[in-house]
Amino acid sequence: MGLIREIGATLVAFLRALGSMAIFLGRLIIYAPAGLLRFRLVVQQVHNTGSLSLAIIMLSGFFVGLVLGLQGFDLLRRFNSENVLGGAVALGLIKELGPVVTALLFAGRAGTALASEIGLMKATDQLSAMEMMAVDPMKRVVLPRFLGGVIAMPFLVAIFTAIGIFGAWMIGVAWMGVDPGVFWSQMQSLVSMDDVREGIFKSIVFGVAASLVAVYEGYTAWPTAEGVGRATTRTVVITAVSVLILDYMITAALL
Amino acid sequence: MTLAAPEGNLIELRGVRFRRGNFRVFDGLDMAIPKGKVTAVMGPSGTGKTTLLRLITGQLKPDAGSVRVGEYEVPSLSLSRLYEMRRQMGMLFQNGALLTDFSVFENVAFPLREHTRLPDRLIRHIVLTKLHAVGLRGAAELFPGELSGGMNRRVALARAIVMDPDILIYDEPFVGLDPISMGVIVRLIRRLNDALGLTSVVVSHDVRELELVADHSFLLAEGRVVASGAHRELMDEDSPLVRQFMHGEADGPVAYHFPAKDYGDDLFDRGQGPR
Ligand SMILES: Nc1ncnc2c1ncn2[C@@H]1O[C@H](COP(=O)(O)OP(=O)(O)OP(=O)(O)O)[C@@H](O)[C@H]1O
Ligand SMILES: [Mg+2]
Repeated sequence: MGLIREIGATLVAFLRALGSMAIFLGRLIIYAPAGLLRFRLVVQQVHNTGSLSLAIIMLSGFFVGLVLGLQGFDLLRRFNSENVLGGAVALGLIKELGPVVTALLFAGRAGTALASEIGLMKATDQLSAMEMMAVDPMKRVVLPRFLGGVIAMPFLVAIFTAIGIFGAWMIGVAWMGVDPGVFWSQMQSLVSMDDVREGIFKSIVFGVAASLVAVYEGYTAWPTAEGVGRATTRTVVITAVSVLILDYMITAALL
Repeated sequence: MTLAAPEGNLIELRGVRFRRGNFRVFDGLDMAIPKGKVTAVMGPSGTGKTTLLRLITGQLKPDAGSVRVGEYEVPSLSLSRLYEMRRQMGMLFQNGALLTDFSVFENVAFPLREHTRLPDRLIRHIVLTKLHAVGLRGAAELFPGELSGGMNRRVALARAIVMDPDILIYDEPFVGLDPISMGVIVRLIRRLNDALGLTSVVVSHDVRELELVADHSFLLAEGRVVASGAHRELMDEDSPLVRQFMHGEADGPVAYHFPAKDYGDDLFDRGQGPR
């Protein structure tokens, strides 16, 4: 009985959080046109979040590419089909690893920074001060950061994917001696436009999810040092879980 | 609508009730704040002084009663009306609440940049004038993290007056200041009020400093106004409660303790207290 009740309570709490996050997203969408009019603020945030995550995403993309190259080569060689290495790695990166890993890294780097920045502004009365100056912090602080994250994500995914493919090329072509012409032409024939579209769609969805969680957690943080700390932790955990769940749902729906 | 209310009281609270959970912060609060004067709101810690300011500025809504500011009936305002009203108010937060990633100059310029389309040259002129008024023109290019607490508050004051408000609200402006900064702030409050024709509301428990600026004072305790009048009169008043507060006596009718269960019961974890 106790266990059932506990599960029920957790479920209710989860649904309630989901609901208030959905309402929050609704408000952001209603404000979005006005936010885009002040494009300079958004560009600034694209630059902020982008430059925060760029180095870590390039580095991770490169090593993920190296590992994919090694594992892929080892696996494909058993079937005497090293030639499809380029195509296999590209498919994996474009459809899955690019969007998912980028979103996870984004949450850890830019997401936590967003959540703690907004949370700290709240804890130090900066958001109240804005309200008192007749400036809506949802529009002035939250919205540009949200839009900045949403816009930055597809670019970060593209960079991650490109560098990952380059890493696999280094292993396959430069080291293991796969023919470069075959490497690229296999990639071209294996990867269809639909695959690319799937990757772009995922990167947009994950961008919305990761940015939403970060700004929501920051904005609703308990206004204390501890509350801000908890908000950053929750940002990483909630983003990771929801990205993986969303990834499954999108993949299943598109198959 | 404007704040240009009929002469007399610019801010009026009638029968205001407000609770936080089980705790009744206000229970039938009446208060009238005259136009053009410096009004002090005093009271022991935790009596709801900050809460009162949040009710006046519409950051909180009362459970019952009316809050009128100029022609605005605050609790029933739409968000856009609320912002329209706040544009005519300035508020100094307890800790300054400056935007930490903007310079001092940009902090003071912030309301101008958000609400007006003034050319940069004019903004610069206005901002430097206001910074000069608080003695910090030389700190324009510093960031809030590089300022002392007192300087932070003076910058926040410059920011609060940059839109030339009709009402200026101060939450605990004297806390944690050295005697010099204290004197500076005291004189600023008076000078700004008279020079700009403002209505000022100062929340504080520093009876001595208030004596220098307040034209009219209210003393809050236990959810209502327990005394009001010219500051000097309050100093001389005979009622035990007023004397206790104005002269800082520990014993008296004002409870120093937040409502709690019996001390002995609490220490030895016996029985159920009142809450
Ligand atoms: N966010 C909140 N949630 C619950 N209770 C609160 C909250 N803020 C204030 N209170 C309660 O409301 C009462 C009034 O608080 P308020 O901050 O207005 O006091 P104050 O007079 O400004 O005190 P101080 O002089 O210490 O600043 C306090 O007893 C406090 O416990
Ligand atoms: Mg207070």
